[in-house]
Amino acid sequence: MSTTEITSVVSRSKETAGDVVNDFSIQIATVNGSGSQTANNVLMRSIFQMGIPVSGKNLFPSNIAGLPTWFTIRASKHGWIGRKKEIDFLVAMNPETARDDVMRLDAGAAVVYDETLKLNTLRDDLHFYPVPFDKLVAPVCPEAKLRKLVRNMIYDGVVGHLIGIEMEEIHKALFKQFGPKKVKAAELNWNAVQAGRDYAAANLPKTDPCRVERMNETAGKIIIDGNAAAALGCMFAGVTVVTWYPITPSTSLIESLMGYMRRFRIDKETGKATFAIVQAEDELAAVGMVIGASWAGARAMTATSGPGISLMSEFVGLGYYAEIPAVIIDVQRVGPSTGLPTRTMQGDLLSTALLSHGDTRHPLLLPSSPEECFTMAGAAFDLAERFQTPVFVMLDLDLGMNNWMADAFHYPEEPIHRGKVLTAEDLARLGGFARYKDVDGDGVGYRTLPGTNHPAAAYFTRGSGHNESSGYSERPEDYINNMDRLDRKFESLKEHVPAPEIVIDQRASIGLICCGTSRYAAEESRDQLLREYGVESSYLRLKAYPFTNELKDFIARHSRVYVIDQNRDRQLLGLMRLDLDTQYVERLRSVRYYGGLPLDARTVTDDIVSQEGL
Amino acid sequence: MSTTATPPPKKVNRIGLEVLQYRGGKTTLCAGCGHNAITERIIEAFYEMGVEPYKVAKFSGIGCSSKSPAYFLNSAHGFNSVHGRAPAVSTGAMLANHNLIGIVVSGDGDTASIGIGQFMHMLRRNIPLIYIIENNGVYGLTKGQFSATADLGARLKTGIVNDLPAIDTCLAGIELGATLVARSFSGDKRQLLAILKAAIAHKGLSVLDVISPCTTFNDHEGSTKSYSYMKDHDEPLHELDFVPFYQDISVEIAEGEVREVELHDGSRLRLKKLERDYDPTDRIRALNFIHESASSGVVLTGILYVDNKRKTFLDMLNLGDAPLGTLPEAKTRPDQRDLDLIMEELR
Ligand SMILES: Cc1ncc(C[n+]2csc(CCOP(=O)(O)OP(=O)(O)O)c2C)c(N)n1
Ligand code: SF4
Ligand SMILES: [Mg+2]
Repeated sequence: MSTTEITSVVSRSKETAGDVVNDFSIQIATVNGSGSQTANNVLMRSIFQMGIPVSGKNLFPSNIAGLPTWFTIRASKHGWIGRKKEIDFLVAMNPETARDDVMRLDAGAAVVYDETLKLNTLRDDLHFYPVPFDKLVAPVCPEAKLRKLVRNMIYDGVVGHLIGIEMEEIHKALFKQFGPKKVKAAELNWNAVQAGRDYAAANLPKTDPCRVERMNETAGKIIIDGNAAAALGCMFAGVTVVTWYPITPSTSLIESLMGYMRRFRIDKETGKATFAIVQAEDELAAVGMVIGASWAGARAMTATSGPGISLMSEFVGLGYYAEIPAVIIDVQRVGPSTGLPTRTMQGDLLSTALLSHGDTRHPLLLPSSPEECFTMAGAAFDLAERFQTPVFVMLDLDLGMNNWMADAFHYPEEPIHRGKVLTAEDLARLGGFARYKDVDGDGVGYRTLPGTNHPAAAYFTRGSGHNESSGYSERPEDYINNMDRLDRKFESLKEHVPAPEIVIDQRASIGLICCGTSRYAAEESRDQLLREYGVESSYLRLKAYPFTNELKDFIARHSRVYVIDQNRDRQLLGLMRLDLDTQYVERLRSVRYYGGLPLDARTVTDDIVSQEGL
Repeated sequence: MSTTATPPPKKVNRIGLEVLQYRGGKTTLCAGCGHNAITERIIEAFYEMGVEPYKVAKFSGIGCSSKSPAYFLNSAHGFNSVHGRAPAVSTGAMLANHNLIGIVVSGDGDTASIGIGQFMHMLRRNIPLIYIIENNGVYGLTKGQFSATADLGARLKTGIVNDLPAIDTCLAGIELGATLVARSFSGDKRQLLAILKAAIAHKGLSVLDVISPCTTFNDHEGSTKSYSYMKDHDEPLHELDFVPFYQDISVEIAEGEVREVELHDGSRLRLKKLERDYDPTDRIRALNFIHESASSGVVLTGILYVDNKRKTFLDMLNLGDAPLGTLPEAKTRPDQRDLDLIMEELR
C-alpha cells in the first residue's frame, strides 16, 4: 500500500450517475486483531443470502495484531467474483490508513468513517457518511473490554442500511456465524448492528448510488474457503496419515482437516481413530513421514507453502526415483518469509513441477475454485497411488484463505483407487514379482507392503541405483531403462489428469491461457475485451501438468496466445516452453502480475490491449 | 537296498527357521569394517529371538553404515532413504503400520551431523524402533572426514585434529525420551547380542550407540574410535545376560550381584555387577555417570538406561488394531449423509 502524504484537499467533480445495483465493491479498512473478521463475514454472508453473487478477499499483514488489514467484498450480478480494482464503497476504520484509503478512491465513491477522523475535509468528490462509533458502542456494550470487538458490528448496521441489505438477513448471518453455543455474544453484537442501523436511518441521508436488490443466484450454494474444501477432499479420499508444519497460508487447511477428521473419522463401532495427524518438526520431516507412511501402505499427505516446498525438495526426488506415492498440497504465496508471506502468488509452478535433483518431473493439479479443491485433493491420492509418485495440488493464498461462493460438493462417484499393490494371496498365485518391471506397458510396476506374509513379498527400496527386480545396480543400461520407464509413466499419467477447460470462439484470433485463480480475472477480461474493444477471444484453463494434447491444438488455432501468470518470471509460460515445440512457443505472449494482490480483470485487459496495439 | 545316511537335522529356531533365512545380501563394505560385525549380531539376535522376518521393516539413511540393511533379513522390506532422515521415514511407516518391528541402521554422521534434528524429535516421540548408530567418528562413505561424534583432540590420518566437542547420542537419548539406551562395541559379540535382543523385546524407542571402527579411515594411532583404543578404554558397566520370555530357566542368582530388568514381552535382562552397582532406571544418575566417565577417558558400555513406563507416540494416537494402511474404504471415507450435513452447515 502506498504511503503518499496528503497535504491538500483534492477537488474532482462529483459523479451523480443513476443507481448502481448489485455491482460494486465494498472495502473495509481495519487494524488486524480488532475482531473485524466476524463483522466482515456477516456482511458478506448477508449479501449472499439475498441471492446476490458475492466474493470476499482478506488482505492481511504478516502480524498478529496492530497492522492494517483490508477486507473487500464484491457483489456482482454478472457473477464476476475476482478482485475488482476500483473500490466503490469504503469503510474507513483504521486511522493510520484512512487518509490514503480515501485518496485512492475514484470520484463518486462512498465513505463510511469514524467521525473523529474528519475525512470529509480531504476531498469533495466523494459521498461521506460520518459515524460516531464510540458514542454508539458505549450504551450497547457496557463492558468496556469488549467494545473494541463489538464496535465493528456497528458498520454492518450502517452499511446494511445504506446499501439496503435486509436486516433479517444480517440477523441470520450473524447468529449463524456465532453458532448455537454463543447466543449471548451474538445478541450483544446484534444490538450493535441495530444501533448502527438506527443511527444511519436517522442521520445519514443516502447520496451514493450503490444498492443491493434481492436476486436468486445463490440458492443451494455454500460459502467456503479453498483450504477447508481441500481438507474435505482429503477426508473423503480416505487419507489416513497427515503430517504438517505450520506455515501461512496452508495452516488453516490442516486445522480444518483436524476438525473434520475428529468429527467424521472416529470409527463409530470402536471409537478408534482411523487417521493420524502429526505436527512434524519441519517440512523435511513432514514429507519424510509421508514418504515412509505411503511406502508402508497409508494414504498420506502434507500441506505447505513455498518455503516448505524448498525444504521438501530432496525427499520429493527420492519419492520420484523410488516411486513412492505422496500427496503434497502447496498453498502458494509470495516468496521468503519476511515481508509478503500473507500475499498471494502463483509462485511455485516451475520449481514444483521440476522439484529436486536428477531428472525429476511431478504431476501438478491446478484447482481454481472450492469445488475443484475438493475434487482435485481427492483425485491427487488416486493419481499418487496409481502412478506411485509424488503429486502436488497447487492452491494459492487467494483460493485457500479467502471465502468463496461455491456449488455444494458432490459425493465422490468412483471408489478409492489404491493402485498396483500385491497381497500375499496375489504372490501365492504369481510366485513372485519384480518391483520395477513394466508388466502392463504403462510404466507402472507392482509393489508390496512391508508386513506382507509371503516369502517373495520383500524388496529393497533405494534411490537411483536399482534394476527391475530392485537389486542394487550402477549399470548404465539399468539406469537408462529405469529412466525411460519413468518417462513412459509420466506419459501414461496424461490420460488420468483432468483435461483443461476450453472455450473456443470461432472468430477469435487471440487466445487466453491461465490456471488456478487467474481464471476469475481472465473470464472477466474476455468480457471486457469484447464489450469495450470488440475483441473476441478463446480461452483455455489448465487443470493439470503434464499438459495434455488439447493445449497444442488450442495454441495452433490462434495466432497470438496470452499466457497469464501471477509471478514475475512467467512460470506457466516457462513450463510450456519446456514441453512444447517452437511452432507453438512462438505464438505465446505473456501477461503477468506480481504485486501480491489477487489478479484483477482490468490489469489483464489493459495489458492485452496494449500488446494488441489497440 | 542301500542305506542312505540321513543328514544331521538342520538347526532351527523356535519358529522353525534356519539362520540362513535371516541373512541378507553379500556385504560390499571393507573387510574388517565394524559395521559388518554388527550386521552379524543383528542376524543372530533376530534368529535367536525367533522373529518372523516378514514382520520386520528395515530403514536407513545414507552412508556405509546405512547400506547395512541390505545385508541382513532379506525377507524383510528395506528402505535406504535420505541422508539423516531415516527417523522421519521410519516414523511415517510406523504410523501406517504399527504392527511392524522397525529397525533403523544409521551412522554417526547420518544421525549426529546432518540428521541431528530429526533424531532429537524421534527421541521426544519415543517411536517404537530399534535405532542403531554405527559410530566410527567419521564419514566413511565420503572418505573419512570428522563427524559430530568425533572426540575432542581425535586425529585424522591426514593429521587434522578435531577441536570441537563430540555429541553424545546416548546422553541425548536419555535426556529427550528414548526408553532403552545402550552403548556397545562392534567387537564385543556377547554384550552387543544381549543388547540387541533386549531392544527387540523392548516396546519403545531403543537407541544403541555402537562403536564400530572404520578400518579404512579411522583405525590409526590418534583415533578414539579404533579397535586398539576401544580395547584399552572400553569399560563394561555390567555383564549382560538376556533371558527371553520363552526360556523359563531359573538361574541361581547370588544375592546383590545381579539386577534384573523385566522387558515388555516378559523377557528379562540380567545385569551382573562388575566394578560398581549401576541402576539403569535412574535417569539422573545415568546422565551423571556418563558425564563423569567421559571426562576420565573411559567408554562405558552396556545398558545405560531403561524406562518401561513411558508411552510411545503411537500409544497416544487412539489407533485400532488394524494398521491405518490396511483400513478399507468403508472405514476411511465418510458417507453421503456426512457430506450432506457439512454442506448444510456451509449454506
Ligand atoms: C544431502 C546429502 N549430503 C551429503 C551426502 C554425502 N554423504 C554420503 S554418506 C555421508 C556421510 C556418512 O557418514 P556416516 O553416517 O557416519 O556413515 P559411515 O559411512 O561412516 O558409516 C555423506 C556426507 C549425501 N548423500 N546427501
Ligand atoms: S570406509 Fe570405513 S565405514 Fe566404510 S565400509 Fe570401509 S571401513 Fe567401513
Ligand atoms: Mg560414520
